[in-house]
Amino acid sequence: MPAVSKGDGMRGLAVFISDIRNCKSKEAEIKRINKELANIRSKFKGDKALDGYSKKKYVCKLLFIFLLGHDIDFGHMEAVNLLSSNKYTEKQIGYLFISVLVNSNSELIRLINNAIKNDLASRNPTFMCLALHCIANVGSREMGEAFAADIPRILVAGDSMDSVKQSAALCLLRLYKASPDLVPMGEWTARVVHLLNDQHMGVVTAAVSLITCLCKKNPDDFKTCISLAVSRLSRIVSSASTDLQDYTYYFVPAPWLSVKLLRLLQCYPPPEDAAVKGRLVECLETVLNKAQEPPKSKKVQHSNAKNAILFETISLIIHYDSEPNLLVRACNQLGQFLQHRETNLRYLALESMCTLASSEFSHEAVKTHIDTVINALKTERDVSVRQRAADLLYAMCDRSNAKQIVSEMLRYLETADYAIREEIVLKVAILAEKYAVDYSWYVDTILNLIRIAGDYVSEEVWYRVLQIVTNRDDVQGYAAKTVFEALQAPACHENMVKVGGYILGEFGNLIAGDPRSSPPVQFSLLHSKFHLCSVATRALLLSTYIKFINLFPETKATIQAVLRAGSQLRNADVELQQRAVEYLTLSSVASTDVLATVLEEMPPFPERESSILAKLKRKKGPGAGSALDDGRRDPSSNDINGGVEPTPSTVLSPGPEDIGPPIPEADELLNKFVCKNNGVLFENQLLQIGVKSEFRQNLGRMYLFYGNKTSVQFQNFSPTVVHPGDLQTQLAVQTKRVAVDGGAQVQQVLNIECLRDFLTPPLLSVRFRYGGTPQALTLKLPVTINKFFQPTEMAAQDFFQRWKQLSLPQQEAQKIFKANHPMDAEVTKAKLLGFGSALLDNVDPNPENFVGAGIIQTKALQVGCLLRLEPNAQAQMYRLTLRTSKEPVSRHLCELLAQQF
Amino acid sequence: MIRFILIQNRAGKTRLAKWYMQFDDDEKQKLIEEVHAVVTVRDAKHTNFVEFRNFKIIYRRYAGLYFCICVDVNDNNLAYLEAIHNFVEVLNEYFHNVCELDLVFNFYKVYTVVDEMFLAGEIRETSQTKARRQPSSPSLSRPGGRDPAGSGPQGRRLHPTASGPWLWAEATVCVPSNRAAVV
Repeated sequence: MPAVSKGDGMRGLAVFISDIRNCKSKEAEIKRINKELANIRSKFKGDKALDGYSKKKYVCKLLFIFLLGHDIDFGHMEAVNLLSSNKYTEKQIGYLFISVLVNSNSELIRLINNAIKNDLASRNPTFMCLALHCIANVGSREMGEAFAADIPRILVAGDSMDSVKQSAALCLLRLYKASPDLVPMGEWTARVVHLLNDQHMGVVTAAVSLITCLCKKNPDDFKTCISLAVSRLSRIVSSASTDLQDYTYYFVPAPWLSVKLLRLLQCYPPPEDAAVKGRLVECLETVLNKAQEPPKSKKVQHSNAKNAILFETISLIIHYDSEPNLLVRACNQLGQFLQHRETNLRYLALESMCTLASSEFSHEAVKTHIDTVINALKTERDVSVRQRAADLLYAMCDRSNAKQIVSEMLRYLETADYAIREEIVLKVAILAEKYAVDYSWYVDTILNLIRIAGDYVSEEVWYRVLQIVTNRDDVQGYAAKTVFEALQAPACHENMVKVGGYILGEFGNLIAGDPRSSPPVQFSLLHSKFHLCSVATRALLLSTYIKFINLFPETKATIQAVLRAGSQLRNADVELQQRAVEYLTLSSVASTDVLATVLEEMPPFPERESSILAKLKRKKGPGAGSALDDGRRDPSSNDINGGVEPTPSTVLSPGPEDIGPPIPEADELLNKFVCKNNGVLFENQLLQIGVKSEFRQNLGRMYLFYGNKTSVQFQNFSPTVVHPGDLQTQLAVQTKRVAVDGGAQVQQVLNIECLRDFLTPPLLSVRFRYGGTPQALTLKLPVTINKFFQPTEMAAQDFFQRWKQLSLPQQEAQKIFKANHPMDAEVTKAKLLGFGSALLDNVDPNPENFVGAGIIQTKALQVGCLLRLEPNAQAQMYRLTLRTSKEPVSRHLCELLAQQF
Repeated sequence: MIRFILIQNRAGKTRLAKWYMQFDDDEKQKLIEEVHAVVTVRDAKHTNFVEFRNFKIIYRRYAGLYFCICVDVNDNNLAYLEAIHNFVEVLNEYFHNVCELDLVFNFYKVYTVVDEMFLAGEIRETSQTKARRQPSSPSLSRPGGRDPAGSGPQGRRLHPTASGPWLWAEATVCVPSNRAAVV
């Protein structure tokens, strides 16, 4: 018997544990346990009431036995009794037993809840915490029903101890996650946000988790937490390494709290308030700066804690995806980690960079690390690091580096771990298709894929190569030649035979001219593989043979002999037998014409989403089958969706109802074009849209120039013109579809006819996918009614006569407004001419004034317009008067023109 | 959030299992075995992270013990890696140089330490002094040197005094499997 020291622990328990450890066999252990169980049972049933200490000791032994893996069917009552003890150690064992061995016995639940209720009301913080921990650990619906209403009160009560608040916050979190319906929202929610300001860092640490969860469910109700979180974060980030005492960990101030705050901010878009945003950006910059400072300690704990904050900061920067400067800095920082000696950091840098690669601002910066990443793929010891490197290569791939990346991935495939081969195969196949500049490269890549990893090439992959070859006649000859050569290998994968059989059956004639691949040679090559293949492949080859009879009549006799052989005609497999019989009969009965029709080349496949993309999505998708799947992030689905090639049948011009509202600056952009016809209509980081237009009478032609400022092709690029309201009847705009390559510019021609007067311009909706993210942009097309102005010269007398004729109040529109630009007569003149009217000299008695006239030409009618602009240089004001024969036109022209000065 | 916390020794004995989501007993047993299988094959040159089902395991080895935390895939790896270490330092102070046997004989106290630091799958308290401040002190219970396993690997300190070498890095000293005690 080993010596056991004295103290507040339970001597009997220590002895029992020692005994168990000394058991030499499983049988001995069970024997000892049974002896103990009998002992405890007799104590519990005995007449003598047990004291608290004994009860605690026996309950604890039972717990130990349970944790060893043995069933316990008694002792619950004694454990519940311990809950009402006044001694902490007894109460604690009671609660532990309850938490570990939850029992849905209703009688017990009532007793347990009663004990918890008493402890919650006890005002003893230690007891309150024990009770709260028990609720949090059990988290059952019954407990939710009993306590969900009380806990918020405890959480925000002014007199609750800090430790109680911490426990209450997380207890509430557990109940809210388990049964949100039970947790009443109310006045407490506003106060809970203010826990972010609590003096006690532990309270903040616990509360942030609760707030984050609440924010995710009701983002609008908790918006106020943004500024509080930012100021808290800012205080931590800028504090000295010793300011926070206990909460400083290896010279890093409050690393876990910082991480939690940064994650809370990821529930929201960037702060709208400029001051808050400025403060946050400052924090993020400080974190990035600190990463460059020399470490305050050589301990790995120091750098880990520091980098935990750094990585979360980078996640937030990526989440915002709006600060190019920060994104590039983040990318550079990760670039340094790619070569760090800590494997953990290399791994995390690769993982984080994967998401950076899909941001338009940092895609190029990520690409500069390609050599390091390829090196990681080749040399990392840990397979999970290599996997991340492969993911990153996939994410950073675009037209400019596709060949290099695909060839590196193919090379990696030869030695890759079995577990990830299929995924790599799919990725290579997708990249090869997505970025194929010439399809011969695509065919080569896929055949290489089959050669290197045939077993992992799924049906979807080789189906897809057949679809593409069938649909592209420029690659068919090359494909036939290449598969023919590949089949020469003494041992080739069955998938190669399938692809080869299909392609030669369709396009073997394209290489039949070469004596080295004459029809008989092709046939005997294929047939030499026949006997080693599975039934499915042999069935496919039989179809190839009948196609050969059509393509190459000279092979008919040989092939018929093969079909007629007993091994085919009487094959045990029904499918093979049926094919042999039917093909043999077909070839002997049908005339050449009929044969040619029946066995004609396959028609092109309908364009649709690549089947392999669908497969990768399925593989990566959520619901991967396990119960453990709710936390799953899907890092690759975003960029994969972008890979879908545009399919003419699915791109319908969107109706006005499914395009977004015009961008906020659309009106401003439109105003720039009221008096001019050429210029840049729109520009952002991705795209520039230029306009050149000319108008004559009621007709116009507009050239839109779309410039792709990135190096990647936009997918599904579709600019469409939409006529809101009944504009369709007023203005006709014809367009053609266009596609925009990386770095390229294309033009789109619009033919415009003004049918009658109109007030609103048509909308230009531009949609495309860039790096997987859908982009949508709605602008106002710079077509305004004044474009159809025809200037009219007239003498002063005529002008005043007409002016008087248009004297009805509704025919006149007048505006007095302040000058927004310097009042320069020459500029004003140019603007009025650009607007479209003629400028009439010597009409107005005041030479400072401008007078103009013109006719708006529409197909249905003409609208005569007279205008007068009176500048008042002293007051920096203008008075603009428009008279036209149509009331809405007067007002509209007046508004358009007034904004120009 | 944390899905579960496991402390296992090299032989696969569980020293602590704390679950933050519902599993039935069979599933728990399966998880324990799977975690042991993925974690023990890794060496010091590997990362401290392993993909695990739809989650990930962040783990660290201290002498013969693996401390594993299973979290969501988008959780912060390094934060949880250091949360493990913070936890170990608290245990070390609490038990005055903790070793595996302390966790065996004081299992019920380890649970309270866990609850102080982690609750409802979230980090509750990170201050070591606050996490240690508990009503009962752990003054006892570990048997003296005469326990047959006491001088064995399970009696080895997990975390030597501050100035000592960092044990998880030099933990290649294997525990011979035949010396793993029955418990």
